[in-house]
Amino acid sequence: MAAMNSDDTKPRRRKRGRRSPLASVALVLTGLLITGGAYALFTATSPANASVDMTSAQTIEQGKKLFAANCATCHGLNLSGSDAGPSLIGVGAAAVDFQVGTGRMPLAQDGPQAEVKPRVFDDEATLQMAAYVASISPGPGIPASSDLALTGDATKGAELFRINCAMCHNVAGAGGALTEGKYAPNLQNTSAAHIYEAMLTGPQNMPVFNDDNITPQEKQDIITALKAQNKDAGVGGFQLGSLGPVAEGLFLWIFGLGAVIAFTVWLTAKSN
Amino acid sequence: MANDDSQDIVPSDGHVTTTRSPGTAVERADALHNPGLPPHRLRVTDTDPKKATRAERIVVALFYVSIVGSIFAMAAYFAFPIKPNDLGSVRLNNVFIGIGLAFALLAVGVAAVHWAKTLMVDHEGIDVRHPVSGTPAVQARAVEIFRTADRESGFNRRVLIRNGMIAAFAALPFPAIFLFRDLGPAVGTPAEAYSHTMWKQGTRLTKDPTGDPIRASDVTIGSVFHVIPEGLNDAEDKLEEKGKAAVLLMRLEPGDLHVSADRADWNYNGIIAYSKICTHVGCPVALYEQQTHHLLCPCHQSQFDITREAAVIFGPAVRPLPQLPITVDSEGYLVARSDFHEPVGPSFWERRGDYNA
Repeated sequence: MAAMNSDDTKPRRRKRGRRSPLASVALVLTGLLITGGAYALFTATSPANASVDMTSAQTIEQGKKLFAANCATCHGLNLSGSDAGPSLIGVGAAAVDFQVGTGRMPLAQDGPQAEVKPRVFDDEATLQMAAYVASISPGPGIPASSDLALTGDATKGAELFRINCAMCHNVAGAGGALTEGKYAPNLQNTSAAHIYEAMLTGPQNMPVFNDDNITPQEKQDIITALKAQNKDAGVGGFQLGSLGPVAEGLFLWIFGLGAVIAFTVWLTAKSN
Repeated sequence: MANDDSQDIVPSDGHVTTTRSPGTAVERADALHNPGLPPHRLRVTDTDPKKATRAERIVVALFYVSIVGSIFAMAAYFAFPIKPNDLGSVRLNNVFIGIGLAFALLAVGVAAVHWAKTLMVDHEGIDVRHPVSGTPAVQARAVEIFRTADRESGFNRRVLIRNGMIAAFAALPFPAIFLFRDLGPAVGTPAEAYSHTMWKQGTRLTKDPTGDPIRASDVTIGSVFHVIPEGLNDAEDKLEEKGKAAVLLMRLEPGDLHVSADRADWNYNGIIAYSKICTHVGCPVALYEQQTHHLLCPCHQSQFDITREAAVIFGPAVRPLPQLPITVDSEGYLVARSDFHEPVGPSFWERRGDYNA
């Protein structure tokens, strides 16, 4: 890296201001950064913030309407499923909050697996549908905020993550490939509630990790460890996506060896 | 041969040819004619004093850049100290000291090369290769030293001493072979050690890493448990045993399983246990897809179909994963019916080929 940095000889272009050829580039870059930052700020809302009474008949009735209009085509009017979608009997409110709250549902198109998309429903509508699905048949509920306090034991959580999760999601939670186009998603920006719900319900091809397998306390430990890891990310410098030795090796082969070759050519070339 | 041929070399223009021995190099009579050196080309710094001054300034500037880098690294050491329990401070410390040192070292190197290439005297020179062998006098003296040493030590006269010394040196490496044997299993042959694991009849299945036993009712459909045998955490050779005994426990709808007749009682209501050690080269196979019931090995993409007794459906593995026969005990905990019926993990020389025959 250092070798490349030193090659940037800084052009001495002072007092040329907006006439500089780099001015337009800087302007576009600033605009993009501001737009992107604002977008990230507005979309990064926690899923369980809206206050909805999950047991009231009105919420359930509202949820039933939303379900009938948006989900029943595939999952059936009585949640029994169809050729196009699985039965939702017993999946619980947690599954609805995870699938709809991350934008995976409603599905946009057939594919190896449902992907994270911009959300179609806001928190209120999501929770109304979750209340309806939970009212038909009981299942795992949405975790309480006390379960997501991030006060667990990160050391223990990291060990549990390595044993139960890291083989698919990568030790740093960067995600990884599965078979036939499926993949385990990146967890670094997933909210604590969604991680908790995924463990509880086993969305798509992820196995279920019920409370007898990984206790609520252990789930908290795992989430604490993941969040702690993200906070202290990159002690060694650039992470290159935390993908491990393949990505890092490729980077060194191209840029490290490239710099070595460039220097060798310069060393042996005769000065003109 | 080579000496005879060397007489035939035609001296090229302005080029000195020696008739000294070329050593072991083979010289041929029809060797390529030596084209000599290309004409000398002057550099711009040789002809234009302005360019020479500019090159000199660049070299000096680079040396100053190096000094700045060194000072920067020292300043960074104090400006970005490593604080306890703050890994972010380690990163800043590393980055800025590294940038300073990189500039300090690189600028010196670039300056030295630029100096040599543009300003130092530029002329082509020839280093003639020296003959490899010594002069006859030196050779005779070396032989004489050896003879004297032999005569005075009696190396060839006292044959018993000489042979004793050779035998002593020959025996020296043998203790190492016995020490290396310690890397293998303490009891029995390696093949025996590979063929058995900690599992035996009645061993409870416990959770990795806590060692808590698992009830059959805990394992809901779609669940995956990472399992170690009861008592593994107290075992003396915990890691070796875990490397063989690690098991993945899954529950499917019993109707999804295709169970062969001799394995009819190996699962419990759709709860099945398979070795986690890949039969290819022994990576832990634990990437279980709940909907397709495929197990994927992350190392070389072998895939096993759990509904068909872990048959290989893709990749380099040649055998299904060994299944651990399980049942429940009187308290409802999952226990092993026996050890695996075949060695787990990759092939080895002494592995019999008829386990699944």
